[in-house]
Amino acid sequence: MTDTAYAKPLPVPDPESTPFWDGMREGRLMLQRCGADGPWLFPPVTFCPGSLDRPEWAEASGRGSVFSWIVVRHPVPRDIYAGEVPYVVAIVELAEGCRMTGNIVDCAPEDVTAGMAVEILFNRVTEAITLPAFRPARG
Amino acid sequence: MYKLRDKYAIAGIGTTDYTKFSGRTVRSLATEACLKAIADAGLSVGDIDGIVSFNFNDSAPAIGVATEMGIENAGYAVDYAAGGNGANLITLAAAAAIEAGLAETVVCFRAMNGRSGFRLGGGRDLSAYGVTQYTAPLGWITYPQAMAMWARRHMIDYGTTAEHWAEIATTFRDNAAINPRAMQRTPMSKDDYFNSRFIVDPFRMYDICLESDGACAVVVTSAERARDLRHKPVYIMGGAYGGGPTQGDDLFDAIRWPSHSHNCFKYLADDLWNSAGVGPQDVDVAEIYDCFTYSVLMALEGLGFCKEGEGGPFVMDGRIARTGALPLNTHGGLLSEAYIHGFNHVIEAVEQLRGHSGERQIEGAEIALTTAGAMTCGSAMILRN
Repeated sequence: MTDTAYAKPLPVPDPESTPFWDGMREGRLMLQRCGADGPWLFPPVTFCPGSLDRPEWAEASGRGSVFSWIVVRHPVPRDIYAGEVPYVVAIVELAEGCRMTGNIVDCAPEDVTAGMAVEILFNRVTEAITLPAFRPARG
Repeated sequence: MYKLRDKYAIAGIGTTDYTKFSGRTVRSLATEACLKAIADAGLSVGDIDGIVSFNFNDSAPAIGVATEMGIENAGYAVDYAAGGNGANLITLAAAAAIEAGLAETVVCFRAMNGRSGFRLGGGRDLSAYGVTQYTAPLGWITYPQAMAMWARRHMIDYGTTAEHWAEIATTFRDNAAINPRAMQRTPMSKDDYFNSRFIVDPFRMYDICLESDGACAVVVTSAERARDLRHKPVYIMGGAYGGGPTQGDDLFDAIRWPSHSHNCFKYLADDLWNSAGVGPQDVDVAEIYDCFTYSVLMALEGLGFCKEGEGGPFVMDGRIARTGALPLNTHGGLLSEAYIHGFNHVIEAVEQLRGHSGERQIEGAEIALTTAGAMTCGSAMILRN
């Protein structure tokens, strides 16, 4: 697939998010952490809430469990998503403790369950952008 | 906390028709609603010196409406960047502005071509900036898709089911059926609800509100002045605005919100009731922001009508019907009257407290609750006659 053929919304990396998207492209889940033993953060920020320290980037496991999910059946915008439905979007609670977003793939929408163990998958959509997805954990 | 109990009142209300295609500019809708509210109060444009609105970059600026109406001195002309959270906020802001001496009589409006123009339920820019870069590229774009993610958590945490949401949808439709302003007046049975197609699981079509063109406006002035005007004043007893921790980067974003089984109302309940000096048991009629069926449950639970998790059983068996212990959304709500971003709820509350609601009047209604917002931030008012 060429970049010009990709019709769905694409992230516009910014100074806060560029390390995350660089990591995605390299097949690594890069997230922020407030200190070596502190809480993990998503989405990226410039200041740690509360402590106001500068967060550090670290690689996360990419393992977690399904916190909540939706099954999109009615495509919006129709011209972009008509061929995609049904698809699943989830909030995943990572093993590191923070939540992040991603599509659920390699799993029928009806088979997604609360707390289901998942692992990250790197969904390359253009040369520059790889989106986070999750599939049922394979142990 | 709001400290102006009973000092300010809603003296006039006005609405346009609610349609799918107004064929008009948003500004002209706003002006029509404002002029009707001013006339309803028994005032003229020359009496107005403040104008407040809220929008999502989808409406007419307050100064434009002031200009079209020919307000001589629109000293306090302000637009709040707000969504569903805004309806009560701007009404409280009008009272605050008058208290501060910035104006004496303020008209508040919300106007939108929400079906024929900019559709809040529609798509987004294909370039996803800010926090949207973690949502839209996944195909997580619309507000029904946002709130469905919340609703699923209530099902997981508390066993809430579509039976509960069906009760809400069909009750509100029953109210709309006898409301001449309502866009959807065709009766809806439980079967109709369950036969409506899934839009985004767990939401069916009838869990999701309407899209509407139209405008609503109210006139706010001092209680003292309101007593000399055309209608019996509807006093602003109390109000609150806000939410909890981590309200997110925008109104869609709730990735860091502590629990999607409750929303902002849990956090503003104490301020609301304390400001008014009453409690949930004192409310005769409640107009709850119902962009989705599920959001009604979070408002009822958060504001203390029942405990968190008990909202589903609470709404069953006629309790929220016009003849029940807590009549809700007597106009049909956003689900069946129209989507004027919750400002139509304020209009309905005022009509109920005036005793002007016709066939859908709740007999003896003295205290009304209005809420606005469904996610991490919102606003609410307690009104009385």
